[in-house]
Amino acid sequence: MNALKSLLTPDRQAARVVPPTGFTAQLTLFTSAAMAFLAVFALALSLASGRLADRWSSALAGTATIRISAPAEQMDTQVAAVLALLGTTPGVASARALDQAEQRALLEPWFGPDLPVDALPLPRLIELTEGNPGYDGEGLRQRLLAEAPGAVLDDHTRWRRPLAVAASRLRLLGLVSIILIAGATGAMITLAANAALSANLPVIKVLRLVGAKDSYIVRAFVRRFTLRALSGAAIGTVLAMIGVAILPRADDAGGFLTGLGFQGFGWLLPLLLPPLAGVVAFAATRIAAFRTLKGLT
Amino acid sequence: MIAFENVAYNYGGGELLSEVNLRLAPGSFHFLTGPSGSGKSTFLKLSYAELQPTAGRVTIFDREVRSLTRDDVAMTRRRVGVVHQDCQFLDHLPLAANVTLPLTVAGRNSDPRDLSDLLGWVGLGHLGDAKPPSLSGGERQRAALARAIIMGPDVILADEPTGNVDWEMSLRLLTLLVELNKMGKTILVATHDLNLIRQAKSQVAARVLRIKNRRIQLAGADL
Repeated sequence: MNALKSLLTPDRQAARVVPPTGFTAQLTLFTSAAMAFLAVFALALSLASGRLADRWSSALAGTATIRISAPAEQMDTQVAAVLALLGTTPGVASARALDQAEQRALLEPWFGPDLPVDALPLPRLIELTEGNPGYDGEGLRQRLLAEAPGAVLDDHTRWRRPLAVAASRLRLLGLVSIILIAGATGAMITLAANAALSANLPVIKVLRLVGAKDSYIVRAFVRRFTLRALSGAAIGTVLAMIGVAILPRADDAGGFLTGLGFQGFGWLLPLLLPPLAGVVAFAATRIAAFRTLKGLT
Repeated sequence: MIAFENVAYNYGGGELLSEVNLRLAPGSFHFLTGPSGSGKSTFLKLSYAELQPTAGRVTIFDREVRSLTRDDVAMTRRRVGVVHQDCQFLDHLPLAANVTLPLTVAGRNSDPRDLSDLLGWVGLGHLGDAKPPSLSGGERQRAALARAIIMGPDVILADEPTGNVDWEMSLRLLTLLVELNKMGKTILVATHDLNLIRQAKSQVAARVLRIKNRRIQLAGADL
């Protein structure tokens, strides 16, 4: 707590005792900016994957379609038979036949609004909602085959589930990427801090000679690296957020790729990255500095 | 102030100091002499806890060096002013900031008038803004002395303070050290400059110690 307090309290004289080191300063700034930039995109990917997983999962809330192909004069009989069959099938919460207007709406994106649905030998569609627990898909298929041979169960939940799982994994990968980026930032800042500490060993020896405590010396380095990491990450985050903001907006046709971005309060999440980079730099520099000082009298 | 009891120091390549017994009394003035490599600097480093003895006990202000934590060592060094032959300045800071460095690291502010008086006393009143690399050897040594005493230490240790300066400047530095001793400070000067020691003996009651065969002896009238 004291370390954090001293970090926030500027001590110009203490800051001056360690000479500025251009190379490590630029390295820390650049690394933090680059890592924050990547982290924002990993976060955007993770959130977009999460939304996709949620969307597909909700679609999985248990719907299926039964497609009935039969001669026109038998169609109504077959539809009635299937609805009756579904009414007695355990695990089917509800079932209804789509009317012609709904079928036309489904086909409209491909064939246009003037499609003569009445004149075409189109199959009829029955939408069923799965109960909890669900129905036995294989058993239902067997019953349809026996009682309505022209009816085919299109169990689309079964192919959407792996996609939802894949989206969840993608979200997990995004989060793992952020953790790896934080780790890599810590490693880079540790290297930069070690380089700065080595370059300043004569300075550190003089400070010890005149009675400086370890905490004083560590503070001078930690404050410097933490502020550099914080500023670098802030720059990287802002640039990446601008990049995400100018991506094409999500729409139904674009699907996943155009949905890569933040929504609502999600825009606040990247703002956590600069403080996170600061915390990583604070810890990495502090550990490196105390380790270096341990070797000096 | 500082006491050595049967102290030995081994660098790994053999014993450098052995069976050292010495007590620096408050207000005393000591010279430590001996050939190069005899262990004068090692003795001084043991005196301000930069090194720990490999045998025996070193006590600084009544505390055994081995029992000191790193923070204790730092606090002890605020009471021991050290002047090195190479001065050890922070070259990126102006002279005034270097002189006040002990105050800065102790979190204390320096009074500009006190600093001005101190720099004036060592004859550097006009060089407060100069960077150390631009100073002459004598100016650097006097600045190092000013830094060593700015905290008002009880003991001042000087390692070959006149090693890089001419005779006139050596006498000037000696005068400053004698004045400090008259103010009650305990002084230990490691030097191989026997003329300086002879000159000092006419100004102050100094004991002269000599390192010979790894041991510290009181030097006789042969100096």
